[in-house]
Amino acid sequence: MPIRRIISLIKKEFILIWKDPNSRMLIIVPPLLQLFIFAHAATMEVRNIDMAVLDKSQTLQSRNLISEFQHSKWFKKIILVENENQVAQMIKAKKVQIALCLNTDFATRLLSNKQTNVQLILDGRQTNLAGIVNGYATTIIGQYEAQYFPKRNVPKINIEIRNWFNPNLIFLWYTVVSLVTILATSIALVLTALSIAREREMGTFDQLIVSPLSSFEILMGKIIPPLIISLILATIMGIFTNIFFQVPFVGSVPLYYFSMLIYLLSVLGIGLFISSICKTQQQAILGAFTFQMPAILLSGYISPVEDMPMFFQTITWLNPVRFFLVIMKGVCLKNMPAEYVYQNLIPLIFIAILTLSAASWMFKRNLD
Amino acid sequence: MIPSVEIKNLTKQFAQGEPAIDNLTLNIEKGKITGLIGPDGAGKTTLIRLIAGLLTPSKGEITTLELSPVQQRDLLNTKIGYMPQKFGLYEDLSVIENLNLYADLKGILKPEKEELFNKVLDITDLNNFRPRLAGALSGGMKQKLGLACTLLGKPDLLLLDEPSVGVDPISRRELIKMVRELTDEGMTIFWSTAYLDEAHSFDNCIVMNEGKIIYSGLPHNLSETTTGFEEKVIELMGGFNPEPSELAEKFELKEDNGEYVIEALDLAKKYGDFYAVKNNTFHIKKGEIFGLLGPNGAGKSTSFKMMCGLATPTRGTAKIMGQDILKNPSKARSYLGYMAQKFSLYGDMSVLQNLSFFSGVYGLNIFQRKEKINEIVDIFHFKKYLDRDAKELPLGYKQRLSLACAVMHNPPVLFLDEPTSGVDPITRREFWHHIKALSKKGVTVMVTTHFMDEAEFCDRISLFYKGEAIATGSPKELKTMANAKTMEEAFVGLIREREREIVKSER
Repeated sequence: MPIRRIISLIKKEFILIWKDPNSRMLIIVPPLLQLFIFAHAATMEVRNIDMAVLDKSQTLQSRNLISEFQHSKWFKKIILVENENQVAQMIKAKKVQIALCLNTDFATRLLSNKQTNVQLILDGRQTNLAGIVNGYATTIIGQYEAQYFPKRNVPKINIEIRNWFNPNLIFLWYTVVSLVTILATSIALVLTALSIAREREMGTFDQLIVSPLSSFEILMGKIIPPLIISLILATIMGIFTNIFFQVPFVGSVPLYYFSMLIYLLSVLGIGLFISSICKTQQQAILGAFTFQMPAILLSGYISPVEDMPMFFQTITWLNPVRFFLVIMKGVCLKNMPAEYVYQNLIPLIFIAILTLSAASWMFKRNLD
Repeated sequence: MIPSVEIKNLTKQFAQGEPAIDNLTLNIEKGKITGLIGPDGAGKTTLIRLIAGLLTPSKGEITTLELSPVQQRDLLNTKIGYMPQKFGLYEDLSVIENLNLYADLKGILKPEKEELFNKVLDITDLNNFRPRLAGALSGGMKQKLGLACTLLGKPDLLLLDEPSVGVDPISRRELIKMVRELTDEGMTIFWSTAYLDEAHSFDNCIVMNEGKIIYSGLPHNLSETTTGFEEKVIELMGGFNPEPSELAEKFELKEDNGEYVIEALDLAKKYGDFYAVKNNTFHIKKGEIFGLLGPNGAGKSTSFKMMCGLATPTRGTAKIMGQDILKNPSKARSYLGYMAQKFSLYGDMSVLQNLSFFSGVYGLNIFQRKEKINEIVDIFHFKKYLDRDAKELPLGYKQRLSLACAVMHNPPVLFLDEPTSGVDPITRREFWHHIKALSKKGVTVMVTTHFMDEAEFCDRISLFYKGEAIATGSPKELKTMANAKTMEEAFVGLIREREREIVKSER
């Protein structure tokens, strides 16, 4: 019977979230808008790329490959260079954004059906650009192989990528991953913060209290819908970043979702706490932002935690965003070993227990 | 004499459906109080807003104080006072600050201001409350302050849209007296109301239904007595033919134990050093309808909230079917059906979604739910509204939906907090018809109301004043106690008597 009641509550919550223009906007607009702005501010399509080519092979095959680049719509100038030094100079001076290096044995290995290495050197300082240019170059090389060696099922050309100055394109990926975290946080936070306050404002809250629902059931009904919504949105945003920013996902999926779950619970606890003390939706939104801004500033997203004054470093121990950012970056980008994940997950579990119990205490106290 | 308002063949059509005002012709006599009554959705508010120039007519003509309300609105604004259903008082400003604000908005200059304030505060009897925050005033006093602000512009025509909703009988009497005095100075008053006794006491009366006028004339031509007038008006509106309440017939009363179903045991609630409720003890027997009456701010609502677990008592407790509301809240509440003062279902959900949500919360399984919902849809004729959002329902239907959700789980106890506030007479009759039938079946009802005719339906009444029950008994007993003929006289009499006792003991 309690399950049935909770399901009714959850269903109601979804209907209300969807019907309330405020919260509907909240779950659709900011995630899409911010990610799209990010995407477009970072210009998704790049044209007029200049490329340096170090062709040590000097064969028909190598020239064919180079002409593929020449005829593509993205590349403008192809500058032939003679040695690695010139490649380095041109990239350093930002004369080219990419350099293609073909070895002396390129043609022979290719014709004799052996694995061939092709090196792409990218300017890692322009992280986003590098990612995009890399995508184009890889496509062109793939097309070349498919066109000239149509019978091969397995591609023989290996593309070796070197991102100079910023080997893993850390900045862009970290930003994108952190952005996904922050967006998921603010959605979970504001949705829960609005939920009780909205019912108070509308006068429906009394009706809930007077029904035979226990406060545990009411709280479950308030936690589960935002949890599901934020998990789904985080997944969608994750896929989005993977497609549009080529952010790899190298870690363990179960670990990712488990940490996400714990993290979201800790944030929902804070949202509920705010909601239990607010009388109107405006207060709730203000309350949510009052928490969110400092939480992000003290998360290590903007400046590393280790660089903060001691006092603030101590405070960050209560900040769920801090621990989760480490997990996100680690699991998404680095396949962080489980024991390191747990090191950050355990504090998160404690924070979640703390915030959820504070919320339920506040909820019961404020019934009066 | 030229009438204050002349309306000829007026029609107002909103985007969809039937016209709100349908080819209506009407004159409002100068210097008189004209009452406007009719069921919810009859077009009363629309008519008032058209007269004030806040809406544009679709067809026909209106002349308000010899001006065209749409074209000469600026000129008209200085001559009329309009008090909407919910007057926009600033709750965080004091009485005098609210007045100052509205005086500035009406462009009243300094020298006149003080004199005018004295006058309107005298009329509304608020002189002693100048520094009080508007939010801290009782419901009746808020309406008086609203009236005071409306009177600031010294209007020739006063348009009042249900000013007495949720106001207790004493404050209502005072409000009517004040307005009555204004007509002596030649002011014209157009007053929309849901209280038929009020309308009966006015000079003229207009009964509207579905955008048309179905009666216009002296109220006393309909009937000499208030009850007779009520019967006549209800008949005009289409009448109410009670059939046996299907709601009560289908109701299954489950549990049965103990003599007293509802008990309040020495309930008290203290805010600071002020007792909102003290020494409140009563026992309600199975099947009784128990009324809590009293002026605004007497502690009825606070008692009510404590008894259903919405507020924690400072002292004492309440029991429902023998279950302590503090120790076993969930169990105690499971016996309870609750209807709040204002509409408190989910306005953004459709009627069907609301019904299915509440049936789910009460723990009915899918089959029981379907059956119960179908049953309720039949009883209350919800069929055509099923997919409509609850907030868009006509008031009468909202009230029916609230009742439906409150009784869905066959609770042996019903708590109704001003359930009929602002509801039209026919819907009120229907509502009480159900309640009386339910109580015959053994459902115990606790109710608060400001309608004295409803108080007569109660088996027993507890009269509240300043946080204490000052008299308890059947309506007949209370009337004998106060030596009064009507319930309203008994109410006013008993409270006045108590006031005198307090004054005496303070000396």
